[in-house]
Amino acid sequence: MPLPAPQPQVRVVTLKIDGQDVSAREDETIIEVARENRVPIPSLCYLEGLSVWGACRLCVVEIAGTDRLLAACSTRVTEGMQVITNSERLQRYRRTIVELLFAERNHVCSVCVSNGHCELQTLAQRCGVDHVKVPYRHARYEVDSSHDLFRLDHNRCVLCTRCVRVCDEIEGAHTWDVMGRGTDCRVITDLARPWGDSGSCTSCGKCVQVCPTGALVRHGTSVGEMTKDLKFLPYLSRRRHGQ
Amino acid sequence: MSRTISIEPVTRIEGHARITLQLGDSGQVEDARFHLTQFRGFEKFCEGRPYREMPALTARTCGICPVSHLIASNKACDDLLSVKIPPTAQKLRRVMNLAQLVQSHALSFFHLSSPDLLLGWDSDPATRNIFGVMRQDPELARDGIRLRQIGQTIIETLGGKKIHPTWVVPGGVNEPLSQDKRTAMLGLIPEAMDIAKRTYQFYKGLVPRFRDEASHFGNLPTMFLSLVTPKGNLEHYDGYLRIKDARGRIVEDMIPTDEYERVIGEAVEDFTYMKFPYYKPMGYPKGIYRVGPLARLNNVDACGTPYADVALAEFRMLQESGPVASSFHYHYARLVEIIFGLETIERLLKAPDILDTRVRARARGNRSEGIGVAEAPRGTLIHHYRIDDDGLMTWMNLIIATGHNNLAMNQGIRQVAEAYVDGNQLQEGMLNRVEAVIRCFDPCLSCASHAFGQMPLVIELRDPAGQILDRLQRG
Repeated sequence: MPLPAPQPQVRVVTLKIDGQDVSAREDETIIEVARENRVPIPSLCYLEGLSVWGACRLCVVEIAGTDRLLAACSTRVTEGMQVITNSERLQRYRRTIVELLFAERNHVCSVCVSNGHCELQTLAQRCGVDHVKVPYRHARYEVDSSHDLFRLDHNRCVLCTRCVRVCDEIEGAHTWDVMGRGTDCRVITDLARPWGDSGSCTSCGKCVQVCPTGALVRHGTSVGEMTKDLKFLPYLSRRRHGQ
Repeated sequence: MSRTISIEPVTRIEGHARITLQLGDSGQVEDARFHLTQFRGFEKFCEGRPYREMPALTARTCGICPVSHLIASNKACDDLLSVKIPPTAQKLRRVMNLAQLVQSHALSFFHLSSPDLLLGWDSDPATRNIFGVMRQDPELARDGIRLRQIGQTIIETLGGKKIHPTWVVPGGVNEPLSQDKRTAMLGLIPEAMDIAKRTYQFYKGLVPRFRDEASHFGNLPTMFLSLVTPKGNLEHYDGYLRIKDARGRIVEDMIPTDEYERVIGEAVEDFTYMKFPYYKPMGYPKGIYRVGPLARLNNVDACGTPYADVALAEFRMLQESGPVASSFHYHYARLVEIIFGLETIERLLKAPDILDTRVRARARGNRSEGIGVAEAPRGTLIHHYRIDDDGLMTWMNLIIATGHNNLAMNQGIRQVAEAYVDGNQLQEGMLNRVEAVIRCFDPCLSCASHAFGQMPLVIELRDPAGQILDRLQRG
């Protein structure tokens, strides 16, 4: 769901975020404005420089006048809007979302190469997930280790699709895609061929760098050794979009 | 009328277990069995995972001896990489392995076994624990806690964590040693050595009191298996396998560790989840052997460090001839090994190349099969992996130190039960002796089941129809 490119002449609107008066361009989203004003909103699928997906729902916020919770990444600001980013209800929802992610697949931090450098782990800590109250599924997912440099572990994938978007929008290769529904949903390379057999993959590694968990990692890393670097994304994104 | 006594769970050991004693018509012990009651399935659920996860994954079999698994697993991974790791990395791994040996032996001797040794097997179970030892002999208890702390501190200094450090990696270690850390660790050694020597002298004076226990606590004619250096000295990290028979004759020597399958077979019984390794040429169950501190000291020609060699000579005087056969003397052997461990750690840390920054060999999976063998505190630990072309695990076999002793533990409890248990007059102290023989081996059942925790002890006497005749409860 790519957002339209910013218009040269846009209006400025004023709104309240957690009681704080802020101003913003009307083509900005709530999460952008919140982050510009140092109001933290947790997110997982949202990544500055990539198109908006709105899948993880971790960035949900309360907006005065509506009972629905809205995703801050895909909701534009409007004049007079009153946004609550952190209420007891929101904390409960976010915590439940993270718990569901942990229960869905086999995220065992202690043996993960991304242990200590994982966005899901950090989110769990911030959301106070000390227990998972829903039953774990313990489903078995494959590990694709066929690529020469990288490895894909579906057990640790949260289906944020950052890999899909960075490959398509920044690298331009569109090696990654999504297939299946529900618990069978998974990211795939080249119409579900093993990653090592992919003809379109340029082995650039951007997908690995943007992956928030230990689902996409470099070969040869041991527990806790996989660190990721996202610095490349904002400037590559600006160049891609001619800004 | 035959009856069965069940001791469940066995206390002051690492993990869950049950002991059943089958009594005959006149109340005498007819059979004794040691049951491991948990199943964990590491060998199965590791299949399909990348081999580089194995050191951290297999280390989760245990919270007491994770370093042993870390070492053996990384050695198996080194084998998969087909690399010879840098000498400094090997020395650093040795330091960590020995620090683990010191802390684990301290736990076994002071925290788990000293209540029996100091307070007596028949003393009140409510105080027969480390807190009872604190009241009786505060200095000994303090020494034990401090010695274990020093071992753990060395592990933490090297690996960043006391339990489950990830510093040891396939190909070496992931960070060289700094001068500050080296100085800090060396600063701990004198105090640790004082404690080790003081405890050794104390126990040496105490041992003659336990002649009766020594002759009935797993006093068995078995073979012994351990690693030795190429010179036949005490070894915990590398080296070759050596097997001696009950009379002290070398049966197998200098067996490369990757040929372990030539001499070790594994049998399965339906009453326990623990496997029964045996010496292949002798068959099962005749090929009974023991591993661990007792086996290591019986097998070696020398320790190779000054004070430990003196202690080894005194250890050998526990028996008139041949290897020391009583499993009771595992305690003694542990104290000798603590001294050896500390002396060796000091020597390694003073090595001129210990601060070298080349500590990791980098490679990818270069062969499909890897074997890693090291001496864990409780005995020889074997990790054996097979991987596919993509580096994913296709098969795994772990032979855990405690597993090797399974046959001997079963025979040991039978021997002690026959000597002390009178089914007509059941007393808690009798059953504690049955448990104590197991403690001699310091089994790590969480590892052997590839389970943890401690629950109150329940002992039930049942008639053949299953009706409870007598019941003792502890805790």
